[in-house]
Amino acid sequence: MTELARPVARDADDVAKRRYLESTGPRRFVRFWREFIRRRPLGTAGAALIILMLLTAAFADRIAPYDPVEIRFSDLLQGPSLQHLLGTDPFGRDVFSRIVYGSRTALLVGFSASFVGCTLGLVLGVVGAYFGGKVDQLVQRLMDVLLSFPLIVIAIAVVAALGTGEDKIANVIAAITVPIIPRVARVVRSSALSIVNMPYIEATRAVGSGAVRIMFRHIAPNVFAPYLIMLTAFLGQAILLEASLSFLGLGVFEPTPSWGLMLRGAGMQFLEQAPWLAIAPGVAISMAVFGFNLFGDSLRDALDPRLRTA
Amino acid sequence: MRRYVAGRLLLMIPTLVGVAILTFVIMRAVPGDIVALKYAGSPVPQSVIDEERHQLGLDKPMWAQFTDWMGEIAHFDLGTSLWTGHPVVDEILVRLPLSLELAIIATLLAITIAVPLGVLAAVRQDTWTDYAIRLFSIGGLAMPSFWIGLLMVLATITLFGWAPPLVFTAITDDPIANLSQMVLPALSVGYRYSAVSMRMTRSTVLEVLREDYVRTARAKGVRESVVVLRHALRNALLPVVTVISLEFAFLIGGLVVTEQVFNLNGIGKLLVDAVAHRDYTLIQALVLLLASVFVLINFVVDMVYVVLDPRIRYS
Repeated sequence: MTELARPVARDADDVAKRRYLESTGPRRFVRFWREFIRRRPLGTAGAALIILMLLTAAFADRIAPYDPVEIRFSDLLQGPSLQHLLGTDPFGRDVFSRIVYGSRTALLVGFSASFVGCTLGLVLGVVGAYFGGKVDQLVQRLMDVLLSFPLIVIAIAVVAALGTGEDKIANVIAAITVPIIPRVARVVRSSALSIVNMPYIEATRAVGSGAVRIMFRHIAPNVFAPYLIMLTAFLGQAILLEASLSFLGLGVFEPTPSWGLMLRGAGMQFLEQAPWLAIAPGVAISMAVFGFNLFGDSLRDALDPRLRTA
Repeated sequence: MRRYVAGRLLLMIPTLVGVAILTFVIMRAVPGDIVALKYAGSPVPQSVIDEERHQLGLDKPMWAQFTDWMGEIAHFDLGTSLWTGHPVVDEILVRLPLSLELAIIATLLAITIAVPLGVLAAVRQDTWTDYAIRLFSIGGLAMPSFWIGLLMVLATITLFGWAPPLVFTAITDDPIANLSQMVLPALSVGYRYSAVSMRMTRSTVLEVLREDYVRTARAKGVRESVVVLRHALRNALLPVVTVISLEFAFLIGGLVVTEQVFNLNGIGKLLVDAVAHRDYTLIQALVLLLASVFVLINFVVDMVYVVLDPRIRYS
């Protein structure tokens, strides 16, 4: 138990951070990632998973042996074999091909929802912190409302109001964005509050910069670290939410290949008869979210160790 | 302090009013009301539909419906369900015990797993113990809990030939039957829940272990276990309490998917059904209930902070 005191680790962290802050330009970038790979094996594994997923999505049409939506009544509910690596579903569609194409849906929904949610959260957080007073109060109350509002009602409402269908992926993204906004706004606000009163902000104001310029040229870049960390963390969460909503029948719709959707119908119905239908999409979801979470965690440790994103 | 408590309590009102307005507007913006859904596809004359809408008060202007509802709320009257005709309170009270029980079991499970493992990971930071525990917890965050549920059902069926009973038994009627039904959902939810709390425990314990008073305690020769458990853990637990309580608030209404997998008739399912039926009164009451639980638990957590940590003072 003598190992408990580990001041060394902290010093090394500090050194890495100082080195990062002192260097500039592309060199800083290269050094940061070299350091990251060397010191954070888990984060690197996460990055590898993310890259694998990106490649899968990019080359889905080359990787997938079959058309993901083609129905073949000759191959219903076949078990895993050399022809169909992960078997087929009750419509004779190749499960492996659907998983490969499903990565596109997951990445599209995950990235869009996380990006839009985090960016809106960033703007609201910075605006609240910069103006303070009544504006801040108003923004905060609005965020409280969104935080305490059950996601499922928003999702159902969006789906019911805007309709569902193959081309309606934007609705799912919109529903998933809503719960992300207040969570990001809170964290960004507290980071921005410590910046708002710094002398350099006052200096900028003295030079004659307007509110918008101060907020987005001078404050926003300084809350970029938490923004980036949350972007990665919520990407995983958004993929998870998409799966849950699709599972409930409120997300992506047939015939679009979506991992959550694959679990919904056949996965539940043929649980005993064809367990591969339930296992494969779940593994895909878990690996994807796992990758983003591992990477996001290590990114946090590297950029802003005190930030807490649950 | 008293002023702070009063202020905090007052601040709940605008939040809840905001939730009420949002629910009201969203639900009315969604196409189709309960009468339209009820008679969809059947040849019912328009006069009958109009009559029914009139009886339910759905033909009044939106603002009038809203003020009516607010008036009822002020008298603690949640109204009757448009779909079943039973009082909303009864509809909710039938489901609440199940959701509450599941949330409590999952919470207990999560705490027993999360706190010891989180402390262990922090104490052994950057060793393989730490990596293993972190992988376990990130895994809990990555796997959809409804999928874990599916796998557990699959495993019990194939390995033991046993499937969880489909009919709910109250714990007061038959505790064993009740628990055998709850154990799988509680495990699948509790794993994810413990992962969230475990990560929080690890990071706060790590932070506290770097404090000066921990060094002092070590310097004066206090045993390491006492340093960790008495000096560090106690101070590290505050944020963990927050995470656990917020997650608890979420669990009461947020287990929609898990309830679906295990065929449990809880609050989450009630909410989904209510939205599907456009049962305005029931939806509004449920959303308001869930939001109140959330806001109240938030408040209680802040108050617990003051009790647990005398350094925190609100003024």
